[in-house]
Amino acid sequence: MNMLLKTLKTAAAGLLIAASAHASTGPEMTAHEAPINRHDVASLQRGAALFVNYCLGCHGAQHMRFNRLQADLGLSERMISENLIFRGSLVKDEYSTDKVGETMKASLDKAEAKAIFGVAPPDLSVEARVRGTDWLYAYLRGYYRDDKSATGWNNLAFPSVAMPHVLWELGGQNKLVVKEFDNKEIAKGAFLQTHVVGTLEAVHTRKDGKETVKYVLKYVEPDKPGKLSVHDYDVVVADLVNYLDYMGEPVKNERIQLGIKVLIFLALLFVFAYWTKREYWKDVH
Amino acid sequence: MSKLLTWIDDRFPLTRMWEEQWGKYVAPKNFNFWYYFGSLAAFVLVIQIVSGIFLTMNYKPDATKAFESVEYIMRDVSWGWLVRYIHSTGASAFFVVVYLHMYRGLIYGSYRKPRELIWLFGVLIYLVLMGEAFMGYLLPWGQMSYWGAQVIINLFAAIPFIGPDLAVWIRGDYVISDVTLNRFFAFHVIALPLVLLGLVVAHLLALHEVGSSNPDGVDVKHQPKDPATGVQLDGIYSHPYYSIKDIVGVVVFLFIFSIVVFFMPEVGGYFLEANNFIPADSLKTPAHIAPVWYFTPYYSILRAVPPMFDSQFPGVMAMGAAVLAFFFIPWLDRGAVKSIRYRGWLFKLPLAIFVITFLVLGWLGTKPTDFLGRLGELEVATLLARIFTILYFLYFVLMPWYTKADKTKPEPDRVTG
Repeated sequence: MNMLLKTLKTAAAGLLIAASAHASTGPEMTAHEAPINRHDVASLQRGAALFVNYCLGCHGAQHMRFNRLQADLGLSERMISENLIFRGSLVKDEYSTDKVGETMKASLDKAEAKAIFGVAPPDLSVEARVRGTDWLYAYLRGYYRDDKSATGWNNLAFPSVAMPHVLWELGGQNKLVVKEFDNKEIAKGAFLQTHVVGTLEAVHTRKDGKETVKYVLKYVEPDKPGKLSVHDYDVVVADLVNYLDYMGEPVKNERIQLGIKVLIFLALLFVFAYWTKREYWKDVH
Repeated sequence: MSKLLTWIDDRFPLTRMWEEQWGKYVAPKNFNFWYYFGSLAAFVLVIQIVSGIFLTMNYKPDATKAFESVEYIMRDVSWGWLVRYIHSTGASAFFVVVYLHMYRGLIYGSYRKPRELIWLFGVLIYLVLMGEAFMGYLLPWGQMSYWGAQVIINLFAAIPFIGPDLAVWIRGDYVISDVTLNRFFAFHVIALPLVLLGLVVAHLLALHEVGSSNPDGVDVKHQPKDPATGVQLDGIYSHPYYSIKDIVGVVVFLFIFSIVVFFMPEVGGYFLEANNFIPADSLKTPAHIAPVWYFTPYYSILRAVPPMFDSQFPGVMAMGAAVLAFFFIPWLDRGAVKSIRYRGWLFKLPLAIFVITFLVLGWLGTKPTDFLGRLGELEVATLLARIFTILYFLYFVLMPWYTKADKTKPEPDRVTG
């Protein structure tokens, strides 16, 4: 440690430490693939509604324009204006909008949010590109009741997260289950069977010069049900993740479609270019 | 039309320049696969300049707006997303193509007399390209932009005595800030591209002065001319032969390039890093900072050298030396022949080890130093990086001996096809 502190003095070395600090690997987390489909417009529409209802209060999506949903999700200007733009607020300020050409701004003021949560909630425009959809899917299902935290909530995918479980009404309350194993294989087997979100960590303890390893499995389990069944809640989360993924790169579908055309064109161009080359090179021996 | 050309030629050496540089430039007829990458590098340079110009029209070099303006380009500017992905993919493609082009030079001895200057210009292009890529990477103003630049600029701070002041001078501030962003923008969009273009012109002028080498190392330029065609025995005119052949190369390149641009622009975080979608934050250091893949071999070397006298400077020196070593190759190679085709295993084996070394160091540079665990106190990955760093330098340092001792076969007088 002393050595580390020493090297910190030279800034370059400090960064090397930052680079290596990562590898003291935390627990392994279940990697359930998010069941999303970027062509499923109905799912994206539901996701958009969930986003403006549950997320946009605190998180902005300041790079995303409301009216982009017209072309991409098949919503009309009126549907967007009446259903997605929140105008219940009596206070007209820079955060309230009634124009569909505006970007999605959070209702909550940044400084105020910081005072409430300790950190300003990040903008979610490109969050799916930062975290990946599988992580978001785990995160939104990884909440559990924790009396020790300030909000009463904690999260297996994001320990000590400042955000409370805003979807709890739908998903209900989960509780955390912790189990310890001596055998790695058995622990791994139990870990792979965790349905919602689980983490597995090897904990090394040293006592009287003897090192012992325990395998700690943590997973969330439904405790008090919400409005939705576990399965229906998973679908809701998937819709939301689908929307976040779309919002991260709205042009994705168009990009892939265009790519296919470009490749076909280039393949044809190759045939002609290659023929021409062969024709020209005939007399080179 | 020909009247107009005569009019111009009387006043400006248009036809003469065209014929000297390309139209009547005689090139060896036996260029193989490896000879595509020179023209491809020029092609990528054009792609980067053109796409860069369009990005500049909407990008804002302002610490409060840079990140936002990139997302604006991705969403609100017509075809902005395409231009941006072309530019970000082009940056990596440039290095892929340049590395393959350099490898061609190594295997066929393209740097040997009288082509030393071509090689030197080439290494200078490579150096400027690194600067260009590094400064460009700051512009999106994401977390990796910011902290990557932090790492590199702090390397200068490790230089004894003048280091800290030098780092402040480069940044123009005590931390990387709006000032740094603005000057990097200036360097990226005008200063370095101008230098780059000048060097490319010098690279090509030197090449066309002495003539191209080839996989057999045959001196085609000084061969007798074929009476029937008036061209050297193993030579052909660049135009139309290599014009059309290079077009085929460009189409194949574009096919692969488009697969990346349209289907995997991030390439699993190697071309566009996930952390760079978080706006730069000077108060939050990312857990793992890795440079983009084309710098990772050198980053590995930097990390492999242990700090001495409480200073990271030896590592910085090693990293600098690893890049600069390429300059000396024309004088380190004492082989009797140019091409790998006529060299023995004493040339081939070190080259193979060097290629593996470069790839392993590159791979290690993308990972945290303890990702392979520890052997006692020492990290396995660091140990590996040290071994391969030594191998990297041995390739250069021992080159005069192994190339001289190498048993070579006689070079032919005519190309072998």
